Amino acid sequence: MPAVSMTVNGKPVSGEVEARTLLVQFLRENLRLTGTHVGCDTSQCGACVVHINGIAAKSCTTLALQCEGATITTIEGLAAADGTLHPMQEAFRDNHGLQCGYCTPGMIMSALDIVRRNGNELDEHTIREQLDGNICRCTGYHNIVKAIAAGAKTMAR
Amino acid sequence: MSATGIGAAVRRKEDIRFITGKGQYTDDVIRPGETRAVFVRSPHARAKIKRIDTAAAKAMPGVVGVLTGAELAADKVGGLICGWMIHSKDGSPMKMAPHPALAAETVNHVGDAVAVVIAETQAQARDAAEKVKVDYELLPAVSDPAKAKNGPQIHGVAPKNTIYEWSLGDAKAVDSAFAAAKHVTKLDIVNNRLVPNAIEPRAALAEYDSGTDQLTLWNTSQNPHVARLVISAFVGIAPEHKLRVIAPDVGGGFGSKIFIYPEEVVCLWAARKVKRPVKWTAERHESFVTDAHGRDHITHAELALDEHGKILGLRAKTIANLGAYMSTFSSSVPTYLYATLLSGQYDIPQIYCEVDAVYTNTVPVDAYRGAGRPEATFVVERLVEVAAREMGIDPADIRKRNFIKAFPHQTPVIMAYDAGDYNASLKKAMDLADVKGFNKRKRESARHGKLRGLGYSTYIEACGIAPSQAVGSLGAGVGLWESAEVRVNPTGSVEVLTGSHAHGQGHETTFAQLVSERLGIPFENVSIVHGDTDKVQFGMGTYGSRSGAVGMSAIVKALDKVEAKAKKVAAHMLEAAEGDIEFKDGKFTVAGTDKSAAFGDVALNAYIAHKFSGQELEPGLKETSFYDPTNFTFPAGCHICEVEVDTETGKTEIVNWTAVDDFGTVINPMIVEGQVHGGIAQGVGQALLEGVVYDKDGQLVTGSLMDYTMPRAHDLPSFKVGTTETKSPSNPLGIKGCGEAGAIAAPAAVINAITDAIGSEALTMPATANTVWTALQRAKPRAAA
Repeated sequence: MPAVSMTVNGKPVSGEVEARTLLVQFLRENLRLTGTHVGCDTSQCGACVVHINGIAAKSCTTLALQCEGATITTIEGLAAADGTLHPMQEAFRDNHGLQCGYCTPGMIMSALDIVRRNGNELDEHTIREQLDGNICRCTGYHNIVKAIAAGAKTMAR
Repeated sequence: MSATGIGAAVRRKEDIRFITGKGQYTDDVIRPGETRAVFVRSPHARAKIKRIDTAAAKAMPGVVGVLTGAELAADKVGGLICGWMIHSKDGSPMKMAPHPALAAETVNHVGDAVAVVIAETQAQARDAAEKVKVDYELLPAVSDPAKAKNGPQIHGVAPKNTIYEWSLGDAKAVDSAFAAAKHVTKLDIVNNRLVPNAIEPRAALAEYDSGTDQLTLWNTSQNPHVARLVISAFVGIAPEHKLRVIAPDVGGGFGSKIFIYPEEVVCLWAARKVKRPVKWTAERHESFVTDAHGRDHITHAELALDEHGKILGLRAKTIANLGAYMSTFSSSVPTYLYATLLSGQYDIPQIYCEVDAVYTNTVPVDAYRGAGRPEATFVVERLVEVAAREMGIDPADIRKRNFIKAFPHQTPVIMAYDAGDYNASLKKAMDLADVKGFNKRKRESARHGKLRGLGYSTYIEACGIAPSQAVGSLGAGVGLWESAEVRVNPTGSVEVLTGSHAHGQGHETTFAQLVSERLGIPFENVSIVHGDTDKVQFGMGTYGSRSGAVGMSAIVKALDKVEAKAKKVAAHMLEAAEGDIEFKDGKFTVAGTDKSAAFGDVALNAYIAHKFSGQELEPGLKETSFYDPTNFTFPAGCHICEVEVDTETGKTEIVNWTAVDDFGTVINPMIVEGQVHGGIAQGVGQALLEGVVYDKDGQLVTGSLMDYTMPRAHDLPSFKVGTTETKSPSNPLGIKGCGEAGAIAAPAAVINAITDAIGSEALTMPATANTVWTALQRAKPRAAA
């Protein structure tokens, strides 16, 4: 089987994978980083969003081998080493931006990419439009939208 | 109110693990030596299985086993059952067809499983599954419930594909009411079929320990205890004491994870056969063809009114599609959870409802958020709204004229409403929604070429299910009480073991708020344990907005016992009479003195047992309770939806949403508001976006998230949410429940708003742009006026 090496959450990792192994399978099964979830099989739900070289991507639609040499950040890599939460994680908690928690890792990773693309002052319309690639069945998005706006603001400080 | 007690918007305990990726959902549980299962499923809606050839699959790399329905039958593994007996009008019992976990003779819907392939990896199992050759003989199928009675007979036990023909109410009395009416409103309604689509796909992991003859199942369940009971008592996989069911973190349920599913049974059976742990996780396309769907009613409904718009009677005739097999609670949804709510918030003297439940070659249909109550609310709220329009009465006024104002109120359809103030929620919602300013906003929309409409939904639901004796008399196979165990540790911290199960509702937080307030101990010192049959005594799980009203009431009862026992311990410690001990703010005090002992000291003394003799008082401080409610609870409220419709495209935009709900006592307003938001989103999804399409041959056309439209952030507005409060007299905390309200209220509010905007009542759900545009073309004269 081909080998692949990448940096995940700051640590160099490598493993043998089948050519068809998806990044999300590599993360979940090889590295046991189960915070990244799979909610669908058509790249619609966004539960699997991670950052590849700083940009949000759906890890269910990315082959592990495509990530040779890449820098990957997953939900497990967001908090500081001492456990201090990332402001966006904190914002989801403060604003009750999650219920069952299954879509949450993807939501938070996508939220950070919305901030990267649009800056820290986000209006409701922008957030709702740009959250198109993530589905939540629990919250009706109301508090996710609030959380992203609040988290984006805090990140500017 | 303390910062973490009842009524406080406390941040959730469970959030830390979810926002850091540390949640443990079933697919995240990894057992040593585990294998992966992939099911071979029927691509046909109905067919005879002539032969299954597994030889090629067995020869594939990594394959551990390939098992078929014939082997399952040979091992005498029992089928799945429906646990609620409904009798037809003629007294005959419902026609429950056999439902084997793997089909051996015939398949009855697309997705029906015929074999399972178990391999070292999921990829290997998937590859091998493609090599299983199934020789089918195609049979004619029926997917449309309206045609079911004349379609090919699916099951031998059910002539005309009819499961039951049930009725509720007094048909003759209703006929008299209609004969005396000055106005009759008639509607034909389709309550569209929905896919629940919890974002966590269903999963099951089974492990067999031959040393102890113990089976363990991790599964995505809303009620692991009931799963264990059914799997042992009816399916017969293992005796109850040799089966442990663990439902760890569960990623949303909405009803779809209440039921016992074939895959759980097959994984348990297979784990023993292959002597390895077996894990199955659904792919989303499998969710579409295996998770029980929701709704799917066809109804003709009529409302009789006098000249003042006072309702005299209501009658409805409904065809309910239960799919290819009867799912766990499917029979109760279109009967006792539907027709019993047809009185809405109104004083309706006579109601009669007939329900014909039918089999079709489609995925089984069962409870989905609201379960029967959204269907009832849609019937009632559409009838009332249309009646108001036909009679030229303001829709708010017609509601006020008919509201029930005195409680308790016995409806003609079983339910006895115990408390409510429907005028209060309507008035507050109208103020919040600025109904007074609507005409001005409508003119403004018209200037931009858009039609603006306003729709009300004053809904009621029956929650906190339910008194066991009452549901038993209606056919339920189980009691619907709840259990709790409060374990006070020697250091004064507390674990609560509850039979409720959280899958997004935040029980770890709200239940801890109750304990913190009641025992006067820090919120941080309370842990909630649920979802493991080895830890928690039997419980009934979470659905029907029952965990507050029933689950927390059980905790209250156990806390009462803890307090009573702790007072005995404190009396010995403080050398006072038990009757003189008062408990307040975490302190036991001898009345009228300054002698006191802190809760933690009393807990420690209960365990060290130095101050009392074991003959007088048992050591320890742990109490259990089983709480059976005295009535359903009746959450109610008013949702007002305001829409703008683009006349060129037919696209509807929700521009304002106001929800004012009466949930009785609110434990955590932040969590309750979140439940309302989510419910509204699902209701709006039903009204505007979601709808299952089967073709006439039973092929599922909307079989993926590419074809079935889930609400996304840009489909929804932010919601204005408020509450009114009348406490439920039927449980100690006065809770009514909030989990389903939004999904129940929303569809009628949306459709009432769009029909108001376009001036036509001929609108089906989902009201997509195409549907609305088409309705607009038909309604042009009135819309233009």
